[in-house]
Amino acid sequence: MSTAKVDRRVDHSHHFSSMDAEHEAGKQGVWLFMATEIMMFGGLFAGYFIYRFKFHDMYIAGGDSLDWKLGALNTLVLLFSSFTMAQAVTETMKGNNKKALKLVIITTLCALVFLVVKYFEYTAKIHHGLFPGFDLWNPDMDYISSKIRDVSILENTSPANLRLFYVLYFAMTGLHGIHILIGIGLMVWIMKRLKNNEFSPKYYTAVEGVGLYWHIVDIIWIFLFPLMYLI
Amino acid sequence: MSGHHIVELKTNVTTFIVLVCLTILTVLTAKFVDLGDGNLVLAMAIASVKASVVLLWFMHLKYDGLVNRVAALCGIFFLALLIGISYLDLFFR
Repeated sequence: MSTAKVDRRVDHSHHFSSMDAEHEAGKQGVWLFMATEIMMFGGLFAGYFIYRFKFHDMYIAGGDSLDWKLGALNTLVLLFSSFTMAQAVTETMKGNNKKALKLVIITTLCALVFLVVKYFEYTAKIHHGLFPGFDLWNPDMDYISSKIRDVSILENTSPANLRLFYVLYFAMTGLHGIHILIGIGLMVWIMKRLKNNEFSPKYYTAVEGVGLYWHIVDIIWIFLFPLMYLI
Repeated sequence: MSGHHIVELKTNVTTFIVLVCLTILTVLTAKFVDLGDGNLVLAMAIASVKASVVLLWFMHLKYDGLVNRVAALCGIFFLALLIGISYLDLFFR
């Protein structure tokens, strides 16, 4: 058996029958992974909906106490990053590794902007005693009252339910944030490979796979934004 | 093979603009239209349309083979089962 390194731009690995077969197999693997991502976040979303049914008022109070303008800004940042990522895949498929590299860099910068905005949101909430762990939970009720649309909500419900909202908020946006971090790592890997001109119109599986991952992260935020910040 | 359909810049730009418009619609309906519990349903409906747009155009499912569509639908199907049956329990217990 030959041990010579395959140039993947023009040839397939020896255990595949063709470049197309190898590409399709790799992409199907990524799609199966995407299905498991949907189900992993799905468990948290199911928890959100079940507790929302039981403790509706405190979800309103919790949602109102978040800064929806920052949430909307982050939504736009992520949508734009999805656009640049999709266009990076297009350019890679056309063989323009240089253009694709620029687009992936813009995508990564958007990811960093997202995390910086999230950092300011998290530190503000922790400052007001709204982090439900590490003995930091000490909610500043004046802060909450100043934010919510109808203060009477607070009179008949227990602050423990507000804590439940913040458990879900930090768990769901936190897990999403970890996905953003992993995405940045993947994009650095892609940038390195684009810089070395490793892709061709016949071989672009890695860029496409990272793209699919990035779009799923965007889709999860598309649901998190209205559920957490708006309603 | 279905693998090599190239999505042009124009399509990507249109997709992005549609997504931004739907985001604005989400904010406007949630902030300025009071439908009570209907706000949750409406926001989820718009978010589902947005997710579908991302799946079909940015993630190329529109041009993709059956196997990948089935993989995506499997994830969504089992999520629907999880939430659906949990809600059946809550409503009818």
